[in-house]
Amino acid sequence: MTDLTVPPPGPTYLDHAATTPMLEPAVTAMTAELRRTGNASSLHSAGRRARRVVEESRERIAEAVGARPSEVVLTTGGTESDNLAVKGMYWARRAADPRRTRVLVSATEHHAVLDAAAWLAAHEGAEVQVLDVDERGRVRPETLRAALADRSEQVALVSVMWANNEVGTVNPVRELAAIAHSAGVPLHSDAVQAVGVLPVDFAASGVDALTLTGHKLGGPYGAGALLLGRTVELTPLLHGGGQERDVRSGTLDTPAVVGLAVAVELAVADAPRRAAMLAGLRDDLIGKVLAAVPDATVNGDPGTEVIDGGPSRLPGNAHLSFPGCEGDSLLMLLDAHGVECSTGSACTAGVAQPSHVLLAMGADEAVARGSLRFSFGHTSTPADVEAVAAAIGTVVERARRAGRSTVSVGAGR
Amino acid sequence: MRVLAAMSGGVDSAVAAARAVAAGHDVVGVHLALSQAPAALRSGSRGCCSREDAADARRAADVLDIPFYVWDFAARFSADVVDDFVAAYAAGQTPNPCLRCNEKIKFSALLDRALGLGFDAVCTGHYARLGRDDAGQPQLRRAVDPDKDQSYVLAVLTPAQLAHAMFPIGDTRKPDVRVEAAARGLRVAAKPDSHDICFIPSGDTRAFLAARLGARPGPVVDAVSGRELARHDGVHGFTVGQRKGLGVAAPAADGRPRYVLGIEPASGTVRVGPAAALDVGEITADRPVWSAGRPPAPRFRCVAQVRAHGGLAAAEVGTGSDRLTVRLDEPLRGVAPGQTVALYRPDPGDGDLVLGSATITATAGHGD
Repeated sequence: MTDLTVPPPGPTYLDHAATTPMLEPAVTAMTAELRRTGNASSLHSAGRRARRVVEESRERIAEAVGARPSEVVLTTGGTESDNLAVKGMYWARRAADPRRTRVLVSATEHHAVLDAAAWLAAHEGAEVQVLDVDERGRVRPETLRAALADRSEQVALVSVMWANNEVGTVNPVRELAAIAHSAGVPLHSDAVQAVGVLPVDFAASGVDALTLTGHKLGGPYGAGALLLGRTVELTPLLHGGGQERDVRSGTLDTPAVVGLAVAVELAVADAPRRAAMLAGLRDDLIGKVLAAVPDATVNGDPGTEVIDGGPSRLPGNAHLSFPGCEGDSLLMLLDAHGVECSTGSACTAGVAQPSHVLLAMGADEAVARGSLRFSFGHTSTPADVEAVAAAIGTVVERARRAGRSTVSVGAGR
Repeated sequence: MRVLAAMSGGVDSAVAAARAVAAGHDVVGVHLALSQAPAALRSGSRGCCSREDAADARRAADVLDIPFYVWDFAARFSADVVDDFVAAYAAGQTPNPCLRCNEKIKFSALLDRALGLGFDAVCTGHYARLGRDDAGQPQLRRAVDPDKDQSYVLAVLTPAQLAHAMFPIGDTRKPDVRVEAAARGLRVAAKPDSHDICFIPSGDTRAFLAARLGARPGPVVDAVSGRELARHDGVHGFTVGQRKGLGVAAPAADGRPRYVLGIEPASGTVRVGPAAALDVGEITADRPVWSAGRPPAPRFRCVAQVRAHGGLAAAEVGTGSDRLTVRLDEPLRGVAPGQTVALYRPDPGDGDLVLGSATITATAGHGD
């Protein structure tokens, strides 16, 4: 698929889970649209033309992910979709029945879900209950069943991500949705890492709301969607012109929407081939890293099982811990070798916090701090694996020396 | 050389990093996250601990086209600088946290990590000059800008630490640093100077200490008569030489203002008395650090400095095994245990040379 892509951003870019290069057809469609005028809400011909582009795009997205066009609420991406789902469903469900103030979220959710839930607890009287994960980072069905065993009439919503962004573990979303429904509770799933890699079918999954975003699958930044079942009640965050089923007001970004649609369509169509390619690179990388650093450990799920028709781990995700190393040091030294990866979770100031995902999986803080995420994407090649394999041994050795501070000129007095 | 540039987000460290780049070094920028809970935006004159400062540092690094990282030293900073600061006040001493930060964080924890990662030096925006003598030993000297000179807070560094330090802007006056920053396209060129203690956002040191130490009441006693004049909430509210906020209602017998003369942490007693009693003629200090690895001679003449700015007097120093005595030619006021005394060899041409420093343990009056 390299003929469809713009050049990758770095010499060895292994941070596709953060953002991945746009697919060339998406760039073409988007830039063409940037040169045209028309507010999709206008009644004249410029508006009609833009509206046609938007609605065709909505239909293409819906078709690709097993949703109906009316279930595609266009947003600015993952954070907005997660906030809209968590807050919007909470408000709507509580308005219908004031007892519904419980919010169940998995421990490994992205902060867009965790912090939205925490905000509801701080400002809207929500009682947030964290669903524990197992040592692989997965929400077990019995965990949700137990959480819903009593006071289920008080639950506003459940939110469990499709696949974790840090360690790549896939949740049994279909089964979890069925459990939630049997208690009369809706389920939201953040699927930004899954769409375009794993088989994601909104209707078949049974989930009530699903987050997807463009820049994780070859589309533009600032464009995404919340797939929202037709019967799911939602209170809007943004009020105004009443676009998007009255759920999300605001003039639609026609170029971004068409870029998103082209990328979703291409990524989903290519997903089976791409998943196999990514898994091959991932396994090769893990093998070579473990050969160079025998005491490194792989976090998350082995990826050998099948969940909802796909692998049990994101095929492009390799997440490893290096005992005795600071993730910060590893990141810097690899960067100096032209290898761009991640410690997993960035925060505003750029300070690497011990990952809440690893801590939830039972890792101690030192292990959590000494971890790296390599994430492959559609532009990745075996040369990327070789670059890591060539550098990782010396990098880890050096980081260990820095971590242990054996060189001590600063003893002072 | 491979140089790690510590970048606070201020203009000085940005220009220092820029000069290291211009000198042809392989430079990586690092911002030290020192606060456990950084504020989003900078407030007032405290300029190193907010996320806005981290962003300013990142922006400068981007302009210089160097890699940039934020390293979390908050736990180390809290233990080695903040706790030390609070403990020193509780013990009736007057600490200098900037000095402690240089000694324990920038040129210890950070430098150790930098060397471990393969860097040769840590570069900062301190105002001090660092050269080499004929034998190649590092020599620390006052900055060209007397108002900005920070050699005092660097006088605690050992020869091994100095050997891996780089202070590129010590030869330049502050206004010229700002002009250079603007010329280099650094947006922090006009950023206000930071003052005060970076980890006390309110600027209210007394309230900061009270919140950590609680009320530890004790007497305020007249040093001459031995009479209790008032009660106080804790010795941490006082430093030697302080005049305001003593809580003493009755005027002194001679009608002159009273000052804090001494603090006895065990009994919680604050002794107050006339200004003349503040005069210190002899200082005893321990834990000496010699910038050249050893004292210049068992006894030597120098200039002693007892605080970051001012507090200078010619002196004769006698060295012992792990302590020294500093006999001042002219008395100094406001000298308190816990402060650092820095020793200089005057050199109007190349800048006063730092000989070393030690921590003040006791003082005696002039002519005692």
